[in-house]
Amino acid sequence: MSAPVTTRRIKSGFFTGLVALLCFLAILPLFLIFADLVRKGASSIDWDFFVKIPVAAGQSGGGVANAIVGTAIIVAIACAVGIPVGIGTGLFLAEYGLGRLGWLVRFLADVMNGTPSIVVGIFAWTWFVKPVHHFSALAGGVALALLMVPMLARTTEEMLRLVPHSLREAALALGYPRWRTSLRVMARAALSGIVTGTLVGVARVAGETAPLLFTALGNINFDTNIKEPMQTLSLQIFTYATGPFEDWHRLAWASALVLMTLVLALAMAARWATRKRYGD
Amino acid sequence: MATETLVQLETRRLSALFGRNVIVREVSLPFPRHTVTAIIGPSGCGKSTFLRCLNRMHELSEGGWSTGQVVLDGQDIYGGGVEAVDVRRRVGMVFQRPTPFPTMSIYDNVAAGLRVNGRIPRGQMDETVERALRQAFLWDEVKDRLRGSAVALSGGQQQRLCVARAVAPAPEVLLLDEPTASLDPAGTQRIEELCTELKARYTIVIVTHNMQQAARVSDFTAFFYMGRLVEVGETQQLFTKPNDPQTEAYITGRFG
Amino acid sequence: MSTTIPQTMSQATVEPIVPVSTVSAAPRPTRRYYGDRVYKGLLTGLALTLPLLLVAIVTELAVSAWPSIHKFGFSFIWTSVWDPVNEVYGAAPMIFGTLVSSLLALVIAVPLSLGVAIFLTEFAPRWLRQPIGFLVELLAAIPSVVYGVWGIYVLIPVLRSYAAPAIRAVLGWTPFFNGIFYGNSMLAGGIILAIMIVPYIAAISREVLLAVPATQREAALGLGATRWEAVWGAVLPYGRAGIIGAVMLGLGRALGETMAVTMVIGNRHDIAMSLFQPGYTMAAAIANEFSEATSAMYLSALFEVGLVLFVITVGVNAFARLLVWRVARGTAVGSKAL
Repeated sequence: MSAPVTTRRIKSGFFTGLVALLCFLAILPLFLIFADLVRKGASSIDWDFFVKIPVAAGQSGGGVANAIVGTAIIVAIACAVGIPVGIGTGLFLAEYGLGRLGWLVRFLADVMNGTPSIVVGIFAWTWFVKPVHHFSALAGGVALALLMVPMLARTTEEMLRLVPHSLREAALALGYPRWRTSLRVMARAALSGIVTGTLVGVARVAGETAPLLFTALGNINFDTNIKEPMQTLSLQIFTYATGPFEDWHRLAWASALVLMTLVLALAMAARWATRKRYGD
Repeated sequence: MATETLVQLETRRLSALFGRNVIVREVSLPFPRHTVTAIIGPSGCGKSTFLRCLNRMHELSEGGWSTGQVVLDGQDIYGGGVEAVDVRRRVGMVFQRPTPFPTMSIYDNVAAGLRVNGRIPRGQMDETVERALRQAFLWDEVKDRLRGSAVALSGGQQQRLCVARAVAPAPEVLLLDEPTASLDPAGTQRIEELCTELKARYTIVIVTHNMQQAARVSDFTAFFYMGRLVEVGETQQLFTKPNDPQTEAYITGRFG
Repeated sequence: MSTTIPQTMSQATVEPIVPVSTVSAAPRPTRRYYGDRVYKGLLTGLALTLPLLLVAIVTELAVSAWPSIHKFGFSFIWTSVWDPVNEVYGAAPMIFGTLVSSLLALVIAVPLSLGVAIFLTEFAPRWLRQPIGFLVELLAAIPSVVYGVWGIYVLIPVLRSYAAPAIRAVLGWTPFFNGIFYGNSMLAGGIILAIMIVPYIAAISREVLLAVPATQREAALGLGATRWEAVWGAVLPYGRAGIIGAVMLGLGRALGETMAVTMVIGNRHDIAMSLFQPGYTMAAAIANEFSEATSAMYLSALFEVGLVLFVITVGVNAFARLLVWRVARGTAVGSKAL
C-alpha cells in the first residue's frame, strides 16, 4: 500500500536534497585543495622560482627550473611515443576492429587503463634501466607512454565511432580507398574529439609520479640530457613534501600549485577543443 | 551490335547475397546510354542492394557478396584485375540522406572526388567545380560562399551539393538511391528536374519508393519484387499497360 | 520478362566536363592499389603493441618474482614478517592494508559518487550539469602527489584535531577506532583514496544512468511515482549491473593508487584492527622500498608484490568491464582518460 501522497512527496524532497548534498560534498575537496594550493603556494612563487634550480638542503631560496624543464622534456618523449601508437591503435580499432584481434585489443586496452602505474614503473625499470644500469629521462618518458597508449586508443576509437557511418559510405562511393577514407574523412571529422582525448591524456601523464620513481629518478641539477636522470615537478613535490625541511614543504606547495595550473590549463584546452559540442 | 553501344551498363544474372541470404536473384537488366531508369518495388525487395552492386559498394557491407556480371562499357567490373576503387570513380552515387563532409567547405566537398585522382592545376579545378555546381542547379546559390561550410546549407541544397560532388569527377553512370526521401516537395522537385537535365551527360539509375516520381522522371522503369526483376519496360507503357499481373497489382496499389 | 530498348536514341551532343579522371571509354589496364594493404599492416602493427605489452609485463613480473615465489610459496600471502635483514618476506600486512584501505574508500566514496551521478542525471537543472561535470573531471585530473601534499599538511592535522576525537567519542568503544591517532593512518589513507576515486565512479555511473532508456523513468512517473521513487524504483535497478561495475572500477583504481597513499598511510608493516593505526599497501611498499632493496631476494619479493597487485587489479578491472559492457553495450564507457 502506498503511503499518503504528502508523505511520499516529503520523502522525495528529502532524498533529492540528500543527493544534492552528497554531490556538494563530493566536489567540496576540489575547492578546498585549490584554496590551500593558492594560500600556501602562491607566496613562494616569484621569478626565481621559475629560473633557479634547487639550492643545497637546508638553505632557503632556489627554484624549480630543472623540474619544469624536466617535466616538459619527459612529457614530450611520452607524447612522441604514446601519441602515434595510441591514436594508431584507435584508428585500427575503428577501421578494422570488428574481428577477434580487434576485440582482444579493445579489451586489453580497457584492462590496461586500470593497471597501477607503479607496476608500469617497475616494468619500465626492468626493461629500460636495468639493462643499461642507468636511470634516464628516456626510460621515464617511455614509461609514461605505456600509460598513454591504452588511454588514447580508446578515446580515439570512441570519437571515430561517433562519426556517422553515412560519411564513410559517401567517401567510399566517390572512389576513396579505405585508408584515405579512414584518415581524410573519418579522422578529420572526429579530429576535435581526438585532440581533446590527447590533451586529457597528456594532462594525466604530466602529473604522474610513480612510473618515474625508478626510471627518471630525479635530479637536483639542471640537465637536459635525456640519457641522464631528470627531475619533474611531480618528483620534486614528492621529495620536498616528505622531506624534513620547512623550506622544502613551502616549495612543495608552490610546485604543486604550478603543476596543478599546468594540468588545469591542459584540461581547459581539451574542453575548448570541443567547444562546438553541447550537452550530455 | 547496335545494342552494344546503346547499352552503357548492364547486369547479367546478377545475384546479391548477405552470407547465405539471397537478396537479389539473377537479375539481367540493361541500362541504355543517356537514359533514366527507375527501379521501383515494395520495401525489402532488394532495390537498394541491387543498386549498390552497380558500383561495388555491396561488398563493403558485412557479409555482402555477389555472383554474376556487371558490364560497364564492355568490361565486367567484377572481373579479375579490376579495382573496386576505379569502378566507383566511374560510377557515382547519391544517397538517401545528404552527406556533405562536415569539415570541408562547399568547394572542397565538390572537389573531394577530384583530389583522389591526383593533383590537378588550380584553374582546372575551379572550372570543374563550377561546372559541377551548375549541373546540380546550385551554382547561383552558393557562388559567393564557396569557402563557406557545407553543413550550413539547407537539406535540399546539401543534396544538390552531393549531386555536384558525384558528377564532378565525370563519372559515366550516376546512381541515385532514393535521393528525395528526406527532402521537402520543393527540394524533391529540383532533384527531379536535375535528373531530366543530367541524362544528357550520364546514364542514370534511380531507386525510388515513389511511383509518381518514377513516372515523372524516368524513360524506363524496372519493377522488382522479392529480389527478382519482374518486369522492365518503357515507363509510359509499364504504368499504363503492364504485362505482368504482379506489376499491375503493385502499380494499382493493391500491395506495397 | 520483357525488355524493350528504344529504336531511336537522342544523339545529344554536349561538351563533356573537362575530363579530370583518367577514364576512357575503352577498357584499359587498371592500377593496383597498395595503400589499403600498407595502411592495414601499419595499424595492425601499432595495435599489436597492447597484447605484446601485456604479455611482456606479466612475463617480466613473473620472471623477476620467481626467486621469491620459489622460496616462499603461498606463505608469502599470509606471513606478516617482512624482514630484509634475515631475508624473510611476507606480504600479508600489505595485502591486508590494500584491501582495507580500498574498502574503506569505497564505503565513503560510493554514496558520494552515486549522489553526484543521480543528481546530475535526474535532478540538476540543465544549466548546472556541464559545470558540475567539469568540476568532477577536474577532481580526476588532480595528480596523486598533489593529493598527497594536501593529505599530509591539511587533512591529517584536521583529522587529528577535530575528526579523530569526535569519532573516538562516538565509536571509540569499537576495535576500529580505538587507540591514539597517529596522523598517518589507515583512516587518512582511506579518506584520501575515497576523494580520489569519487570522480571515476561518478563518471561511469552517470554514463550508465544515461544509458537507461527514458521510457523506464517515464513508465514509473506515469504510474504516479514521485521523482525519487521513479529513480530508486525504476532507473537504478535497471542500471544496477553497470553501477556495480562502476564501483568495481573505482575499487580497481583504489587498489593501485600509490603516491597519495604512501604519503599519508604511515608505511608500516603491520596488521591492526584500528583505523587510527598506520598501515601499508602493496603499491606504497613498492614505491617506498624498491630503491632501497639491497639484495636480489628483496627485489624479487617486491616484484612478487607487484605481480600480486597486478593480478588482483587486472582481475577486478576485467570483471568490472564486463559488468559495465552489459549495460552500456561495448561503448568506451569509463575509458575516457579520466
